[in-house]
This record gives sequence, C-alpha cells and structure tokens, in this order.
Amino acid sequence: MSGRVLSSPLGRIVRSGVGRKRVQTVVMTLTTLLAVAASVLAAGLLVDSQAPFERAFAAQHGAQLTAQINGATASAAQIAATAHAPVVTASAGPYPVASLHPVAGSGADLPAGTALKQMTVVGRSGPASTVDSMTLASGTWASGPDQVVLRAGPGQGTDFTLGSHVTFPDAPGRPTLTVVGFANSVSDTADAWVTPAQLTALSAGASQYQMLYRFTDATTGTQMNADRTAITAALPQGALTGAQSWLQIQLTADGQTAGFVPFVAAFGILGLLMSVLIVGIIVSGAVSSQTRRIGIIKALGFTPAQVVRAYIGQALIPAAVGAVLGVLAGNVLAIPALRDTETVYGTGRQTIPGWVDIAVAVTALALVVGAAWALALRAGRLRTVDAIAIGHAPPAGRGRWARRAASRLPLPRPVVIGLANPFTRPARTLAMTGAVLLGAASVTFALGLTTSLADAQHAPQVATLGNVVVNLGDAHPGIPIKGDPHLAAASPARVAADITAQPGTATYVGSADTTVGVAGITGGVSVIGFTGDTAWASYQMISGQWFTGPGQAVVPTRFLAATGDTLGDTVTLTKGGRQVSLRITGEALDTSEHGMQILTDLTSLDGLGLGLQPQQFNIQLTSGTDRTSYVDALNAKFASIAAQAQPNLDGGGTVTAAAQALAALLTVMIVAVAGLGVLNLVVLDTRQRVHDLGVFKALGMSPGQTIIMVLTSVAGIGLVAGIIGVPLGILTLDYVMPLMGNAIGTAIPSADINVYSLPELAALALGGIVIALAGAALPAGWAAGARPITALRAE
Amino acid sequence: MRQHGVPTAAGDVIRLDGVTRTYQTGAPPALANVSLAVAAGEALAVLGPSGSGKSTLLNLLAGLDKPTSGQVTVDGVRVDTLSEAASARYRRERIGMVFQFFNLLDDLTVLDNVLLPAQLAGMPSKRAQARATELLSYLRIDRHTRAYPGRLSGGERQRVAVARALMNRPPLLLADEPTGALDTASGHEVRNLLAQLNQDGQTIVLVTHDTTLAEACATRTIELTDGRIRRDTAAVAR
Repeated sequence: MSGRVLSSPLGRIVRSGVGRKRVQTVVMTLTTLLAVAASVLAAGLLVDSQAPFERAFAAQHGAQLTAQINGATASAAQIAATAHAPVVTASAGPYPVASLHPVAGSGADLPAGTALKQMTVVGRSGPASTVDSMTLASGTWASGPDQVVLRAGPGQGTDFTLGSHVTFPDAPGRPTLTVVGFANSVSDTADAWVTPAQLTALSAGASQYQMLYRFTDATTGTQMNADRTAITAALPQGALTGAQSWLQIQLTADGQTAGFVPFVAAFGILGLLMSVLIVGIIVSGAVSSQTRRIGIIKALGFTPAQVVRAYIGQALIPAAVGAVLGVLAGNVLAIPALRDTETVYGTGRQTIPGWVDIAVAVTALALVVGAAWALALRAGRLRTVDAIAIGHAPPAGRGRWARRAASRLPLPRPVVIGLANPFTRPARTLAMTGAVLLGAASVTFALGLTTSLADAQHAPQVATLGNVVVNLGDAHPGIPIKGDPHLAAASPARVAADITAQPGTATYVGSADTTVGVAGITGGVSVIGFTGDTAWASYQMISGQWFTGPGQAVVPTRFLAATGDTLGDTVTLTKGGRQVSLRITGEALDTSEHGMQILTDLTSLDGLGLGLQPQQFNIQLTSGTDRTSYVDALNAKFASIAAQAQPNLDGGGTVTAAAQALAALLTVMIVAVAGLGVLNLVVLDTRQRVHDLGVFKALGMSPGQTIIMVLTSVAGIGLVAGIIGVPLGILTLDYVMPLMGNAIGTAIPSADINVYSLPELAALALGGIVIALAGAALPAGWAAGARPITALRAE
Repeated sequence: MRQHGVPTAAGDVIRLDGVTRTYQTGAPPALANVSLAVAAGEALAVLGPSGSGKSTLLNLLAGLDKPTSGQVTVDGVRVDTLSEAASARYRRERIGMVFQFFNLLDDLTVLDNVLLPAQLAGMPSKRAQARATELLSYLRIDRHTRAYPGRLSGGERQRVAVARALMNRPPLLLADEPTGALDTASGHEVRNLLAQLNQDGQTIVLVTHDTTLAEACATRTIELTDGRIRRDTAAVAR
C-alpha cells in the first residue's frame, strides 16, 4: 500500500519535494526538532512544577502521620495494634528511633568536630515499605554496624559525601558512622537511618519507636486531628510522645517549590509561542516558495485537492521526523533539568509524563498540517498561469518607497539594497521580527532572572554575612562545641577583642537570637539582636531603612502581613513578663524563619532582662586576606575556649541554582529556534531572489558585497526586534519576580528587579541583531558562494 | 565611445589559447581546444546551433565560468585564474553584459538599474549620475529615467540594459542573444544601437542565432559547431 502511494504521481511529487529541497527539509526537521524539544521540556517542567510534593508523596505512599511512641509506656503488642485502628488503611513500624546531636567527622565538607543540627535517627532494615517507601538517591542502604544513610534533599546532607563520617558524641562510646547512602523521604520521617541493631546501640537501649500511618481521610486539619486522636486512644495514656502531620510538611514543601512555578510558566509560554511561530513560518515558507512548482504540477493535471495532499505530505515528513527526534531530545534534556527540580522537591527520580510527549508532538504536527493545508489550498486554487507567473520575485512595486528612501542614504549600494529588502515582503519581515523579538525577550528575561535571583540569593543575611563566622558556647543545648565538654566558656568580649586584633579583619558584627512573644502572633517569634558594625550587617531593604540605633526594628514582608503593621508602627516584644517596644523602620528581604523574624540592635532587647550576649560573630575580611589562614589563626587563639571560627560558605539557593540552570538551557533553546527561523526565512528569500543575485553578480557584486547585502537585510529587523524585545523581557521579569517572591512570602526589593544597567540594555538590544545575523550567516555564505551562471540559469 | 583598458601585447582585447570546457567527465566538451584573438574595436558575432558552445564561450569571457584547460585573457587579465572576488571586480571594471531577457531589476527605476554597476564599483555619486544621464540620453531613453522597467517596451528595456552594461566604460561589451526576446521593430532598433556603439569604438562580442543581427553589426563572424570554430570570417558588409 505504502509502496503504491510512493510510486504514484502524488508520491513522486512528495518524494521529490522532500528530497530535492534538501536545505529546506533539513531546516524544517531541525526546527521542528528544537521547537518540539523546547516545548516538551517547558511543558514537562510546567507539569512537573504543579503539585510535585503531592505526586511524590503519593508515589512513596507517604506517611500521613509520623508518630513517636514511648516503648516504656506501651508494649510492642499495643504499638502494633494501632495498625488495626478503624481509621488506619496502612501502617509501617514500629521502628526504633532516637534524637541525637552529631558532629562532622572526617571526609565531610565541614571541619571535623563541627556541630550539626539535631538529628532524628531511625532504625530501619530497608528503604521499601508499605508506608514511606523511600528511594535511594545514591549509595546503598545501611546493612551493618557503623553505617548510616542520610536524608537527601535541600539543606540535608549537602556537607557529606558517600564515605564521609558522622560522629555521635551523645551516644555511648562516641561512635563514628560511615555515610553509605542518601535517601529521599517525602514524608520527612527522619534525618538519618541505621540498622535497627545500630539504633539500639546509639540510643543506649532507650525505647522510643516510630510508627507511620495512612488513613481513610487525611486531607484536612480536622480529619488529621481525629486520626491522631484515634491513634492516641489505641495506646496507653501518655504513650504518644510526638506526632507529625503530613499537612505541615506539605505546607513547607509547597512554599519551597512555589517560587519555581511562575518562572517555569514564563519560560514555558515563551518557548511555546516561539515554537508555534517558527513552525508556522517554516511551513508557510515551504509552501509559498513552491507556488511556481504548484502551478506546473497543476498544468500537468493535478487537482487542487491533490496539490493540497502533496504539500501536506511534503511538510509532514520532515516535521514528523523532527517531532520524534524532538520528543527524544526533550526527554534527554529533561534529565538534568528534572534532577535539579528533584533536588528542589526532594522527591525521587521523575520523568516527563508520556501524555506531554504525545500532546506536544501531536500539536506540532497538527500545526504543520494546518499551516500547510491553508497555504497549499490557497496555492492550489490559484489559476495555473498565475501560480507559474508569481512563483518568483515578490510582486513588483512593493517596498519601492523604501528603496527610494534608502538610496538617498550615503551608504554603499549593497547596504542600501539590504536595508530596503525587508519591505518587499512585509509578512515575512513581520514573522522574522517576531522570531527575533521572542529570542531577544527570552535572553533579556533570562539574564534579568539570573541576576535577580543571584542578587536575592546573595542578599546579606545573618547566615550568609561576611567571609568568616565564629560560633561561641554550646552548639546545641547540652552539646559542647568542638565536641569537647571541658573547654572554658568563651567570653564574647574576649572573642571580639581577638577578632579586632587579628590582621585581615575589615569589620564584624556580633549577634544573639532568642524567641519572644509578639502581640497578635501565636507562638514565639525569632528575634536577632546585632552588636558591633550593625550598619554593615544591613539586610537588603524592600522599603524603609535599616535600624540605626536601639529602639528600632526591621522585619520581613510576611511579618508585616501577619501583624497588619506598617513602617513607623510599634511592635511590642514580651518575654518572662517583661516587654520592650520597638519602632519598625524598615521591611527587609528575609525568608529565614518562614519570614517571621525581627532584626534589631542587641541593646534594644536589654529591657527583656535576658542578659543576651553575642553567640555568633560574622566577619568581613580585608581584600587579599587568605580565609583559611585567617580561620586557622583565630582557631589557634580559641584553642582553649568554646569558640570556633569557620569559613562562611554560601551553600544556599538550591531553587536559585536550579532556576538559573533551567533559564540558561531554555534560553539557549529558544534562541536556537529563533536563529533557525531566521535561517529558514533568509534561505527562502535568497532562493526567491536567486535571479536578482545572479544579475548583481554578473554586474560585479563581489562575494563580500553579497554577504553584506544579505546580512544588512536582516540587521535592521534584528535591531528593531531587539529594541522591542528587550522591554518585553523586562516587563516579563517585572511581572514574574514579584510572583516568585509572593509565592515564597516576600516582596522583592526593586533593586533586585531593576537589575539591568544601561550598557547591558544596549548590549541586549543589539542581541537582536546578533540572533538575526547568526541566523542569516549561513545563507549569506551560500548566496556569496552561488555561481552567477547558476543563479542566472534559475530564471 | 572612448576606449578603456590595456590591450594585450598584440593589441588584442581578447585572447583564447587552447581553451577546453568539459562539464562532465567522458562527455564531449562544450568547447574543444578553441584559440581566438579579438582586436580592440572589433565586433565579433558568434553563431552556431544550440549546444554548439556559444554561451559557454560567453560565460568564459565574462568570468562566470572557468575553462577545464587553456587560457582566457581579456584586456590583459588572465580571467581563468581569478578568484570569486577578483572575478567580481573584473566584471565590474572590464565587462558590460547584455542578456536576452534583459535581467533588469524590476523593483529599481531605470536610473537605479543603470547606476548599479557604478555604485558597486564605488564610483562617486556625482560622477555616476553624470555618466548615467549621458548614457540615457545617448541611448534615447532619458524620458524614462524615473520609470520602472515593467512599464517599458522590450526595445526600451534592452536599451536600459545596454546603458547599464556601458556604465563603467568597459573595454568589452558582451551580448547574449540581445534581440532574441524582441519583436521585429525593437530588434531592428537594438541592431542599429549595437552597430552605432561599435562604430564609436566599442569592442563587442555578441552571441546569436540571428544572422541578420550578425550581418548588421559584426565586423567579424565565427561559427561554432560541437565546441569548435568551423568558420571565421570578416563580415562582408554591415
């Protein structure tokens, strides 16, 4: 059947059309490939960014309730019996659990002995389970003594690699365990896992157990409370010592990823728009350039319907090949992109959903068929003689005014001809402008986005301030710094004096934090008091000013939203029956503590009578100071006291890094598609003007002049498109950045949105020309190399 | 018309030495070992049936094609050894070409078409304008200066093409079937024009099927058959 079709006259026309117009076929295939790949990637990521936590939670059969049960109060049988409570649909455990305070061992990215955050360690014999079925991100599961698996994901285990060590000073014998794997638990059931036997050793026989549950109804807080009550009722009184609802984790996870969605959506829409435009351009070009051929085959007896079928087939063959390859390329490119989002979402490996592949490919092919159908129908209905007659140059008369105007310019003739050329085919010029415009807008948006995110990421905060940080006293309550309980307490005044005396210190700030009550806010609110060079510690301000003395405070956006306060209002902090009132002088960019943190001068808090002393010093080094030597020198001074200096490594910004990597990838693809669109249009134009080119060359136009003429014909378009595209990119950023900020609960300082400098804007506007010239370079070379005799014969 | 260019040592504008052009290996050559010299001021008509090698000869002279072997020298320039860019310069400075189908650019006015070779060669604007005006007047088409070629008769279009060909004062005018697309009256007009140009000193090579044209304007005629010169004769009369 297919053989008969191919050998039929129609098949021959299609075959020869595809085979003879090689450049067009290749460009069509490549463009469809890139457009489909970009769309698959963009649409895939867009889908991926929707409710990633919920999908990952469902995939892992996440624990809706993570309960901690005291084994001294409830028997093993009683604990196991909770699995049969009427509301429970699935359960896992009991697993022995302990809460420990580890320090970094050898092989970690932190100095050995650095205190880590408190860790929930669970004894489990494997990652798979009916509830909380984890995936191993790397390495293996702990199968023997002295092995530990750490939780993968943002902020977790990032200072450790496989084979590095963790020491547990508060466990019997200060055991040091080797990191053998990293696991993802969407339910956030633990920070580390060991074998049950190892856990028993770590917890010195203390019998705390973890049970994981899934329930028939667990979508609201009320349902979760009822479920928890049912579990509590199934146990002896006081046996349930702690419980974590999945709704809390969902809230945190969604907050973390929400910032990702507007950005991916913006790129997705740009990519899809570009794909639609370019596929339309390519197909319309393919058909319109063959109007004369259509005239000839009609003269030979083809009906309009046959013409339409032939040209749809001719467009569909390279498009189908491009679409298939594009889907493959999109999925391959998605692997690193999804790995980034996987890190952000803290979930297992994800792939582009199959329906996205199919939907994108089908849409692209439908677009091709639609465009080919409309244009071939128009060409098929043309009177045969007209089709043959108009197949060549543009209708005479178009753009003459432009030629006349351009010829008055004191420019070389090839430049004048090139400049006027876009006006001879306005529709084609508009299409090319659109392609370059979207490319320029994407580049502008991507550059702005990466700069904005980098600015926001590097905005000073107490965690990121300065090059070196010094911590004093206990790392955690009861856990001595450097793991040594015999060190003398560090006097903040002495540490400050040591820092001041140390060569290489440019400036420093000390800080102490505590939790206070704030009227109108349930629970405690974190407050940080600064001392020393407090002006240097200034966070990035969204509005108002950094505090300049006692009695003033700076707060984040979410705090203002939660309290209903505005700048100038007074906020009252209470603790232990005492209170202080601070005037809010500014709104700062600060997402730590869920955007609910007060920043003030340390002496502002004197009224609370807490006797707060700095527990941390952030130090800025003079330029040229070697950080490692500086840290070593300070630590030598602190040898006998409970103070430790560390390089302040900027480890944050997983979302930022992922967004930046994706922005770069999507921009490259969109720009490549734009360039291919230009290439295709210039090839078409050069083909249709081949006779004119022959005449020019016969009259003595040199290859260099030919290249100048072709490049000039797109340079004007590139410039105009760049000039329009840059503001479009800026507007997109202006729209997206506040949305991203809003999603993570903060306003974005205008300085982080207005990131473009004038030279950058000028360079970006010229970026349109670069895209246009890059796309036109190849056909310009072909035009220059075309032999005039061949060009003249084309008549 | 003033003569420009440096003739060869023997005073020839054109010299072909053993020129062969083969398009496909094994196929008979389009031109086979042709040697020819054309003196300044001559009007050479190249006659012959289709496929005899007339257009190949013209393309070699115009630097649009290169011989498989042999040497082509025009106005002292070894055309067969030129690079693409040098060929373009050569055509700009030493050759004027007139085609059967005029090859005027439809979206340029008559004046702009005529100015084109001068502009490509970088001639100062005032000088180019003056030269174009002189030519259009000489060829009696000055009333169509601002018109577009589409509105002219065939004879007028060919006059515009001739004006364009002469713009840079080329030592050699090549004409490919210049009356082939014209009606009788227009053909007659172009014949007279070419004869007049030659009388004014312009060296011309014209390729044609039209013996009347050859008789009217050529001072010498060669006849090609299967790529070889079968006859080389001075025209008896004009």
